[in-house]
Amino acid sequence: METTSNRTAPFLKMTGISKSFPGVQALDSVDLELYEGEILGLIGENGAGKSTLMRILGGDYPADAGTIYLNGKPIAPRDVRDSMSLGISIIYQELNLAPNLDIASNIFLGREPRKGPLGLVDRRKLYEDAGKIAAYVGISAPLTTPVEKLSPGERQLVEIAKALSVESKVLVLDEPTSSLTPSEAAKLFEIMRRLKTQGVSMIYISHRLSEVQEMCDRVIVLRDGIRVGELTRKENNSPDSSPLAGGGLSSFEMVKLMVGRDISRFFPEHTQRKSNREAAMSVRGFRYPGAKAEVNFDLYAGEILGVAGLVGAGRTELAVNLFGIELDRTAGSKRHGEVFVCGEKVDIRSPADAIRCGIGLVPEDRKLLGVILEMAVSENITLPSIGGYKPPFLDRKRETLVTREMIEALDIKTPSFEQQVQFLSGGNQQKVAVAKWLCLNPRILILDEPTRGIDVGSKSEIYRLIRKLADEGVGVMMISSELEEIIGLADRVLVMHEGRCTGILDSDMITEENIMHLATGGTTN
Amino acid sequence: MKKILGMTLLLVALVIAVCVYQSINYGHVAFFERDNLFNLAQRIGILGIYAIGAGIVILSGGIDLSIGSIIGFTGVVMAMACSALGWSPWLVAAIVIVMCTIIGFWHGFLIGRFNLQPFVVTLCTLLLLRGLARGISGGISQKLDGFSYLGNGPFLGLPVPFWMLIGIALIMGFIMNFTVYGRYWYAIGRNPDAARYSGIKVNRMRTAAYVICALLSGVAGVVSISYTGEVQPASAGLMFEMWAIAAAVLGGCSLRGGEGSIIGIIIGAALIKVMYNGINLIGISTEWEWAVIGVVILGGVVADAAYKQRAAKRVR
Repeated sequence: METTSNRTAPFLKMTGISKSFPGVQALDSVDLELYEGEILGLIGENGAGKSTLMRILGGDYPADAGTIYLNGKPIAPRDVRDSMSLGISIIYQELNLAPNLDIASNIFLGREPRKGPLGLVDRRKLYEDAGKIAAYVGISAPLTTPVEKLSPGERQLVEIAKALSVESKVLVLDEPTSSLTPSEAAKLFEIMRRLKTQGVSMIYISHRLSEVQEMCDRVIVLRDGIRVGELTRKENNSPDSSPLAGGGLSSFEMVKLMVGRDISRFFPEHTQRKSNREAAMSVRGFRYPGAKAEVNFDLYAGEILGVAGLVGAGRTELAVNLFGIELDRTAGSKRHGEVFVCGEKVDIRSPADAIRCGIGLVPEDRKLLGVILEMAVSENITLPSIGGYKPPFLDRKRETLVTREMIEALDIKTPSFEQQVQFLSGGNQQKVAVAKWLCLNPRILILDEPTRGIDVGSKSEIYRLIRKLADEGVGVMMISSELEEIIGLADRVLVMHEGRCTGILDSDMITEENIMHLATGGTTN
Repeated sequence: MKKILGMTLLLVALVIAVCVYQSINYGHVAFFERDNLFNLAQRIGILGIYAIGAGIVILSGGIDLSIGSIIGFTGVVMAMACSALGWSPWLVAAIVIVMCTIIGFWHGFLIGRFNLQPFVVTLCTLLLLRGLARGISGGISQKLDGFSYLGNGPFLGLPVPFWMLIGIALIMGFIMNFTVYGRYWYAIGRNPDAARYSGIKVNRMRTAAYVICALLSGVAGVVSISYTGEVQPASAGLMFEMWAIAAAVLGGCSLRGGEGSIIGIIIGAALIKVMYNGINLIGISTEWEWAVIGVVILGGVVADAAYKQRAAKRVR
């Protein structure tokens, strides 16, 4: 590999970058250097300063101190346009695409080729140029497709195409795979490797350490705004050999640097399965708008039922329909089938009905559905339960008690009960979303991607919490796209593929191969 | 809370400015004369009643444009029913207010069931009721005699509409602060989807907001016809929804929903009416009223936004 040997001068160098926000030192004299054709991993827990550092690079806001050198020359990007013209493209976690515009228009948004004295958009050239770039990154959809119709993976590719259209020399990818399917992620990695051979330098931010191990030549670890370490892949260690092999990037080392302590056990221990298996929820012949087949399964009290499948397999739809929500009213068909909670047949038509039956749902989209960002921690925690304290009155005393209890039980880090949830870290926001249900003592808790976008430390806390709930007799249904998480935590796994349930795996059958076999449409034999 | 403080200060400053201007130019302060204050309280009372209705809808994330037409329509129906049928105005008032409640339910139904935009639904009611009011009256102004106490009468020295505002404000303030419904409205205004996922019956709460708004508009309509004793079908209540929205926004409601308070709305209503009054008292011709008020509201909103931006920067 030509990459890591080329150590003479870094292509991009950030030195002594400091940035403080009132009350927080977000970055404290951080150095970062990026060599030509290198993929640099930038890792750290949420709030470690990764995004702040990248936003400074992208010109979102200036650093308090420090200098950025590109190719040896100091630069000070003032905004996104500025940094793009310098050849730096940043693809943020939340994609910056115009959903109603088509692929080609998005790729050249604001830089459309012009023609004629009036400066009209040269549509033919636009689609021609876009076509070349699209083919290069492997976008298969027609260029006239509106971006809102694309899958998250395809949108990611459009973002990359956009970055390439300005011939970026430095490409920053912030959590690019968090909403991608494994095959989409593999495609992305292939493109990254291709770009690398062409000398594009990349900074790769991810919580998924296995991907960092697979892709990165070098890793810089940030913690609390300080650069706490650097790990380098050994020269002779080709990316094809097992990343866990000695000399590569050890995930143990990375986690240790990130959290500043050992996490000896990431997943809590499975407790012994109880012999008396009592169904907390039985679902029979359940069909909902968008489902391709009837779903049948039991959720036992005290177990964690993992729900695996690729993005778009219909897992979220199953979850919300069990909770009484119809996602797509235009889908036509109605919900039917039978649901039993603790042996009793129930008719759930709204979340309020579901809550009355003892079902809670922590939705996938935390910021939009899980919590109300602008409301206080206490108001969020008690929102589903407060109507039952002393109806119709607002029992503030009890609200305070419940909030205190939940904050202590889940170790939610917040300066006060009145703090707006938007100012908490992702992990703590998620704890609030879970606490909403815990104070109702649910019999069934459905968690949809409970650890998406939260840092390693909080993740293991959430895992322990989920296990504890199951141990207390709650039937937990956990949807997750991270196989590692399903395998590490679930007692049984329900696998879905394209709107149907393709199988349920018992604990001794839970392996990556079995899950992927079912998730890609295979059958149990 | 800070916003309310700011608006209260603005109110006080406005009053002082008017008084100083008067004492310098005319040698005496007309603002604090009993008749002026009584009149002002009357007007604040009427505006406050329907501004509270508008405010509840706004803070629960909606908008109601039908207020002015409801006020005009109730006036016309009141006057015509009393003179044509000879019924007691009080009975007709009760019937009319029930009718308004049904209009509120209708709004909630259309918005909840068919997922229509509140702006469009209530815009249609605005047109419909104005047209009905003009149609059934033939566009001719209608008189209502012998029903002036509700709008003009003094009770313990203060005008009745002002007492009504206090009563309604206390009830709504109680609902907003001491029952779960207030909490639900704020939650829905902030994020209706998250509220639904928390088990709140969003459509029901929204409908309740539109019902309250239509009901309070009806009450304001009854008080208005009592206040004037005569109603012009084409102009009675015209633009009142805009004054209601202006009062709510001045008082801290955000059209994005989830923000605002009853006390704020009342201060907003008071500000608008004091501005009107002040413009008259310092001798600016009435034709300039709207221009002055528009500039003041814009100034208030911009100042608030600037303050919030600074506050947000400090937090980040």
